[in-house]
Amino acid sequence: MKPRESTSTRRVALKQIAHARSGDKGNASNVGLIANSAALYAVIEEQVTSDRVLAHFRGLHVTSVDRYEVANLHALNFILHDSLGGGGTESLITDAQGKTHGQGLLELVIDVPAELL
Amino acid sequence: MSTIRIGNGQGFWGDSVDAPIELLRGGEIDYIGMDYLAEVTLSIMMRQKLKDDRLGYATDFVNFLRRVLPEAQERNVRIITNAGGLNPRACREKIFEVARELGVRGVRVGVVEGDDILPRLPELIAAGHPLANMDNGESLAPIVGKVTSANAYLGAAPVCEALGEGALIVLAGRITDTALALAPMMHEFGWAADDWDRLAAGTIAGHIIECGAQCTGGNFSRWWEVPDLWNVGYPLVEAEADGSFVVTKHPGTGGMVTVDTVSEQLLYEMGNPREYITPDVVADFTSVQLDQVGPDRVRVSGIRGRENTSTLKISASYLAGYKASGEVTVSGPRAVEKAKLAAQVVWKRLERAGVAFTPEQRTEELVGQGACLPGVFAAPDEPPEVVLRLGVHDEDRLRVKRFGKEIAPLVTAGPPGVTGFAGGRPKPRRVVAYWPALLAREQVEDHLRVSVEEA
Repeated sequence: MKPRESTSTRRVALKQIAHARSGDKGNASNVGLIANSAALYAVIEEQVTSDRVLAHFRGLHVTSVDRYEVANLHALNFILHDSLGGGGTESLITDAQGKTHGQGLLELVIDVPAELL
Repeated sequence: MSTIRIGNGQGFWGDSVDAPIELLRGGEIDYIGMDYLAEVTLSIMMRQKLKDDRLGYATDFVNFLRRVLPEAQERNVRIITNAGGLNPRACREKIFEVARELGVRGVRVGVVEGDDILPRLPELIAAGHPLANMDNGESLAPIVGKVTSANAYLGAAPVCEALGEGALIVLAGRITDTALALAPMMHEFGWAADDWDRLAAGTIAGHIIECGAQCTGGNFSRWWEVPDLWNVGYPLVEAEADGSFVVTKHPGTGGMVTVDTVSEQLLYEMGNPREYITPDVVADFTSVQLDQVGPDRVRVSGIRGRENTSTLKISASYLAGYKASGEVTVSGPRAVEKAKLAAQVVWKRLERAGVAFTPEQRTEELVGQGACLPGVFAAPDEPPEVVLRLGVHDEDRLRVKRFGKEIAPLVTAGPPGVTGFAGGRPKPRRVVAYWPALLAREQVEDHLRVSVEEA
């Protein structure tokens, strides 16, 4: 994680600078995270790494996270492996399809240059 | 035809029953695609077909046609669907019956068959096709006796063939959701089967609209910006011969079509965005260009595709035991502590009865304490109430049934403030698990059949 910087950056949750949608793929969920502008995409691309997303969702017992860049949409796509309690029809958990994982990722806090806010 | 309008009126089995009616009547439209098959729906249809060989398709679709068939025929709005399930011929017979009842003549209905490989599994395995599970690599042979359905995903080609023979309605079983939109474009524009960029464009158009309202304001992150969500318009694409298209919705409907709503849907259920594999093509989502060209109009262009793969995806399902879940609401002071105690009470009573479940076989959630996203939100210390949700999964139906008897006693023999137990004892439900696999393309394509009949 990037250390907190001087007055030129602010700590903000992703929900203030991006939007997201999630769904299931077997026993993995995917989260598409879309920045609100090209400049914000650059900031998100640098800070929202697979490791940070893995740590953010540790409560879901995610085993690993893959990240894909979709720069043309100012977006990142994350695959959260083993995040669905078995997946599909076998899972017993309420959110067996990862429908809420996008909303969850928007709570992640990163450092954003003040001039972009 | 220069521009064709293709809508999606049903994003999944259980979607709004009025949406396709609104889509048909709300404005100009040439084609409507309707998806009725979730991953394990076909196994439910298999049970229905085994009980009665006139069943095994999505009866909702026939109910829809009963409401709109004369109008669809008069306006020549063609309807493509996977509602045929495991018995598209029976579905066609039922549609003909409805047509006779309504006094409608000359309706041509196409049927696509060949996706159902269940009867061929032993022969395929013997011939050296392992149908290994794509998630864990295990081969299918050891559980072949438990398999309840096995279907190949078909692409747009057989649907295109039925359209070419003048079908007003095309009934398929397991075809890709994207083929519902791609097939009319191939048919109308005469795209070649190896015109990869255009096939990718039609595929991505299909992906954008395949979940109905999810590209027109449904499930959108900034939900507070979406006007009249109650009346959300289902999507349509206005497709051009060059592969570009505009995503829009009928005038006067709620919801919105913006670069943001379309972007969210583009990424929905996405794996590697450079390799979106369908039977028709490998589409590259990193090539997509989006432009807002008017209110509720997003132009999509620049799409690139690559040659299709030598294998097709198989979607099989098999019996994997039973499960049940039940819940109670726990209210009042120290609700969280009381709910945790109630859970312990259930597990210990089951243990005493000789019906212990391992931690892997059971789940325990406190809804209201961050059950969906543990660790992401801080759980409130003193909520006025929480919902305790308990569930188990086991091979043995009787053990699961026994679990179901242990929830209600919490009301009188648990902590105080336990309520909301009105649904009766949770019953064991069969678990039909999903088995994705790959199979050589020719093993499926050599068995495809398309027939168009008129009544």
